[in-house]
Amino acid sequence: MNALDYVILFVTLAGIAAYGTWRTRGRRDLQTYLRGAGHTPWIVIGLSVIATQASAITFLSTPGQGFESGLGFVQNYFGGPFAMIIVAAVFLPIFRRLDVYTAYEFLGRRFDGKTRLLGAALFLLQRGIGAGITIYAPAIVLSTVMGWPLDLTIVASGLVVIVYTVSGGSEAVNLTQKYQIGIIFAGMAAAFCVVLARLPSGLRVSDALAVAGGLHRLQAVDFSTDVHQRYTFWSGLLGGLFLQLAYFGTDQSQVQRYISGNSLRESRLGLMFHAVCKIPMQFFILLLGVLIFVFYQFAPPPVFFNRIAWDRAAAAGGGPNLRAFEGEFAAANTEKRRLIQRWMDARHAGDARAEAAARALVLAAGQRSEAVRAEAKAALKAADPAVETKDSDYVFITFILDQLPHGLIGLLVAVFFAAAMSSKAAELNALGSTTTVDLYRHVIRREEGDAHYVFASKCFTAFWGLVAIAFALFARMSENLIEAGNIVGSVFYGVPLALFLVAFFLKWIGGTAIFWAAIITQALIFVFYYSLSISYLWYNLIGCAICVALGIVLQAVIGANGPAARPAVTP
Amino acid sequence: MKPPGEREPADGGTGLPGLRSWRAVYWFVAATFVLWAGLLTLLTRMFP
Repeated sequence: MNALDYVILFVTLAGIAAYGTWRTRGRRDLQTYLRGAGHTPWIVIGLSVIATQASAITFLSTPGQGFESGLGFVQNYFGGPFAMIIVAAVFLPIFRRLDVYTAYEFLGRRFDGKTRLLGAALFLLQRGIGAGITIYAPAIVLSTVMGWPLDLTIVASGLVVIVYTVSGGSEAVNLTQKYQIGIIFAGMAAAFCVVLARLPSGLRVSDALAVAGGLHRLQAVDFSTDVHQRYTFWSGLLGGLFLQLAYFGTDQSQVQRYISGNSLRESRLGLMFHAVCKIPMQFFILLLGVLIFVFYQFAPPPVFFNRIAWDRAAAAGGGPNLRAFEGEFAAANTEKRRLIQRWMDARHAGDARAEAAARALVLAAGQRSEAVRAEAKAALKAADPAVETKDSDYVFITFILDQLPHGLIGLLVAVFFAAAMSSKAAELNALGSTTTVDLYRHVIRREEGDAHYVFASKCFTAFWGLVAIAFALFARMSENLIEAGNIVGSVFYGVPLALFLVAFFLKWIGGTAIFWAAIITQALIFVFYYSLSISYLWYNLIGCAICVALGIVLQAVIGANGPAARPAVTP
Repeated sequence: MKPPGEREPADGGTGLPGLRSWRAVYWFVAATFVLWAGLLTLLTRMFP
C-alpha cells in the first residue's frame, strides 16, 4: 500500500465514523437511542440488514472459499428467502404491535421472566463470541498481510466502532451502515471488473467459465441427501431456513435493525429487499473467487497464499526444503498452463474429442500441482507447528495487493474494515440494548428515567465492545473464518428459535416447561456437536425440534399440577 | 416508527405496483428464489 491507499483508507473510514458521531450526537431519549430515529425508510433497513449480516469475513473469506471449493457455499443461503417471509409475516407484526425494544421482551410477556432471561442470556453468550470473531477475523488476515501489529489493528478498529456506537446508538448504526455498504458494493464491483480485465486477452468469459467448470468450481447446486456433506440443496434449504429464521427472528442485532422502520410496511419491504438480494450477492462474491481461481490458472500462484508465514518459516530454518517446493509447484503449474492452452485451442477449434482429452490431462495436472501444494503445507507445518495451513482466507487479499492499482487497494482494504465496523456496530448496539432492557431494567433498576437508561446502555455498549476486543486479542481460530461464525450460530440458534416458535404457535405450553426444555436441549446440542460429524447446518433444525418436542412432553407432565400457560400473544 | 401510544394498522398495503397484497410480495420472493435456484442448477449442469 502506498500513501494514496492509506489516504483513501483513513479518509473513508474516519469520515463515515465522524459523520455518524456528529449527526447523532446528544441523543437522550431511550426510544431514539435503542430503536433509531423513527423515520428509517425500507431501503435503509434493507441495506442495514445486509450490512449487519455481511461482516468483513463475508468479503475477505468468501472469495477464498469460491477459489478453493467453488460455488457450493451459495446453497447455505437457500433457506433465507423463506425465513425472511416468515419473519415479515409472523415475527415482525408482533414485535411492532407490542412496541418492544428487544425480541426477548416478547418472551417475558408470553412466558415469564426466567424464559426472557434465558433467551437474552443465550443471545448475549453467542453474540458476545460472535462479536469477537467479527473483529478478530479481518484483523488477523489484514495485519499479517500488511505487516501491521495484530493487537493494534484489533484495538484501533474496535475503538472507532465503540466511539460512534456509544455516542449515537441505533440511529448512528443505521446511518453509518448506509455509507459503509455503499463503499463495500463499489469496492467489490471494482474488484470484479479488475479480475475480468486481468484474464488473458484471448480468453472469453465462456472460456473462463469452461475452465472453472472443468476444474469443478461451478458446481453450485448439489441435490445429494448425504447429511455428512456440508453444503447441499437440502441442508441449505432446510438447515439454512432454520439458521436464517433463528438469526433474523431471534437475534437482537437483526431485530433491532428492522423494527426501526418508519412503519410495518417499511420494515417488511426492507426484509423483502434482503430476501431478494442475498443469494445473488453471495453468488457474485463466490464467483469473484472462482474467477480469481481461473486467473491463477494462467498466472503463477504462490505455493502458499499466506506468504508472510511462508517466508517466516523459510527464514527460520525450513528454507531449502520450502524453496524446493516452490520450484516444484511452479513447474507443475507451467505444465498445467500448457495443457490448459491445448484445451482452449481444441475448444476454439470445435474439436469435442480433443477438448475432452485435453481436459482430462488438465485435471490430472491439477491433481499433481495440488499434491505438491499439500506436501508444501505439510513441510511448512513441520517447520513451524504453530502456523495455520488453511490459506484460503488469504487468497483475495493476495490478489488485491498483487493485481489492483494503487487507490483501489486502499478502497478494497476500506471495504474490509467498513464491513467489520458495520456488523460490529450492530452487534454492540444489540448487546448493549439487551443488557440494558432485559437484565438491568428488568432485574436491577426498574423505575428510572430515559436519561438513566440511555447512560446505562452506553456503558453496556462500551463494555461489550471491550469484551469483543479482549476476546479478539486472545482468540486462536482454525476454521475458515466465515464458517467459524456460522458454526457458533448453528450451535446456539436452535433453542432460541424453538422458544419463539412455541411462543407463536403452541399456545398451551407454559414458561416452566419450555424453560427446562431449552436448558436440556442446549446441553444436548453441545454433546452432539462434539460427538457427531454431521453438517453444522443441521444443528439448528435438530436443536429446535428437540426443544419443541421436550416442551410438549414437559408441559404434559407438569401441566396438570403446574402453573397454567399465560394467555397467548397472538400474531 | 409510530409515536408512542398510537396503534399501528395491522396490515397496510404494500404500495408496490403490481404487488398490492403482502401475499403477492411473498409469492414474488419465492418465485425469485426458484428462478435463482434454477439458474444455478443450469450453471452446474452446463459446466459439470
